[in-house]
Amino acid sequence: MIKKLNLVLLGLALLAPLAVYPVFLMKILCFALFACAFNLLLGFAGLLSFGHAVFLGTGGYITGFLMLNYSITPEIGIIAGMACSALLGLIYGKLAVRREGIYFAMITLALAQLAFFFFLQAPFTGGEDGLQGVPRGALFGLIDLNDNLTMYYFVLAVFIAGFWMIHRTVHSPFGQILKAIRENEPRAISLGYKVEQYKLLAFVLSATLAGLAGSTKALVFQLASLNDVHWFMSGEVVLMTLLGGMGTIWGPVLGAGTVVGMQNLLASGPLSNYIHVVMGVVFVVCVLAFRNGIVGELQKLIKKNF
Amino acid sequence: MATFLGINLFALSGQLLIGLINGSFYALLALGLAIIFGLLKIINFSQGALYMLGAFAAWIGLEYLQIGYWWSLLLVPIVVGAFGILMERFLIRPIANEDHLYSLLLTFGIALVLQGLFTHWFGSSGLPYAIPDELKGGTKLPFMYLPNYRAWIIVFSLIICTGTWYLIEKTKLGAYLRAGTENPQLMQAFGINVPLIVTLTYGFGVALAGVAGVLAAPVYSVSPEMGSNILIVVFAIVVIGGMGSIGGAILTGLAMGVVEGLTKYFYPEASNTVIFLVMVLVILLRPAGLFGKPA
Repeated sequence: MIKKLNLVLLGLALLAPLAVYPVFLMKILCFALFACAFNLLLGFAGLLSFGHAVFLGTGGYITGFLMLNYSITPEIGIIAGMACSALLGLIYGKLAVRREGIYFAMITLALAQLAFFFFLQAPFTGGEDGLQGVPRGALFGLIDLNDNLTMYYFVLAVFIAGFWMIHRTVHSPFGQILKAIRENEPRAISLGYKVEQYKLLAFVLSATLAGLAGSTKALVFQLASLNDVHWFMSGEVVLMTLLGGMGTIWGPVLGAGTVVGMQNLLASGPLSNYIHVVMGVVFVVCVLAFRNGIVGELQKLIKKNF
Repeated sequence: MATFLGINLFALSGQLLIGLINGSFYALLALGLAIIFGLLKIINFSQGALYMLGAFAAWIGLEYLQIGYWWSLLLVPIVVGAFGILMERFLIRPIANEDHLYSLLLTFGIALVLQGLFTHWFGSSGLPYAIPDELKGGTKLPFMYLPNYRAWIIVFSLIICTGTWYLIEKTKLGAYLRAGTENPQLMQAFGINVPLIVTLTYGFGVALAGVAGVLAAPVYSVSPEMGSNILIVVFAIVVIGGMGSIGGAILTGLAMGVVEGLTKYFYPEASNTVIFLVMVLVILLRPAGLFGKPA
């Protein structure tokens, strides 16, 4: 039954650009991957990282810089961006997993701020202007990605790969141990699991996939900017995950779609100045009344009635 | 031009003074955060937005209601504190028993709403607020010129900080507060209205942010972004000082302000980041914070 749902979704995704503007869809896919990566840490390992934007931005800047200054193909650029995010994730993760709960969140936030100022000062990032005009290049040297439709299918493939990676991770023994750590860490320790190592691995995985999302996003918009490393972006991804449903597989995807769609809708309407206010209100309402998120509430509904 | 070991003493002392001033604001805000987190276990991410609210309340008071600086210093904390009490009673209390991180998200949302509203109403460029006449001018010291208002900031925040610290650590009311947050059921069994204490404490912590805002209005321009700019630094300070420690928050705030000032003299580009570097070092070497109790 689940497999059929996946096929239906795949079909919809393949046909979607015929009805909806492809760049908008690509934006949703990139943020959905970012939110899914974040959810791996928050929903499944129970670690709230408040500086996750740094991995999105690192992927974007590295890929953007390499594509602009060296004639490499996009998949190499993306892999390089992912690798840098993974490395940063390793360093930051080693520092952060020593503490838990609010301290973990604060450490990740402070480390992200360090990275933000680095990106602000470093000459290669172009500071406030960012990296503009990042070329999309030709995939494998053969397929020109400048056409939005072609790029969309590439981004869809990247998203599916990342999503599959997360799915496999969550439904593996490693994922079960992560959930055990989330639910009752002392018990996991007493069972002999080296909890810090598991958390670190989850952190690095999450950072790598967030980097993948960032690298892809830089190619989609042909831009890497400070917005992607600002702590506001970290807050946005928390909102997407919370709204969609923490600890569910599809939650962050829906959350990302909703938030990006909402931003799009508000930007062109009379409420365009109120985007932050609306986001804040959604945050407050979600925390007060809607903690399971869209997917979580749907699952509860289905369980209760069917 | 006095130099000593190649250091320009005028410039250095100027930066140290600015560092002490910034440190006073950090201390006031960190104090409020430390009270709210240390005692109530609420992570108040809206502390910066409430600081901004205090500054705007002072500005609006002056602009539209002809309420002068000195009256604002008294009234604005009450107004902001009342707002905080409403926030706590209707928004934060429902999730008081959930994971602490929900309070972070909730207050983050509130901060977004406040900042968004004020940006929409007042624009993002700063608004000026005049220094009150009694505090204009300054005194010339051997190594620097000390503006009176800057001296007032340091003195006033020291008074508030030490007063608050004394109230919490050394008085009976403070003892009730500390006991009530450590073991609410037992305190309630003794007949003390613990939820009321929690609400009032939150209001007090928030009022501290409000008074910092009034204090800041003549020195920094009153803009909707002033809160978010300073909030991350203040959180770092509370982590460095130790998240439950009231005295730690005050001392660390002042110390970090001075450290920032010194960095601005020797290596200006790093002045924004040095506090986060200190935080990383403290976490590695002394995870509970400089004055915190290890968990």
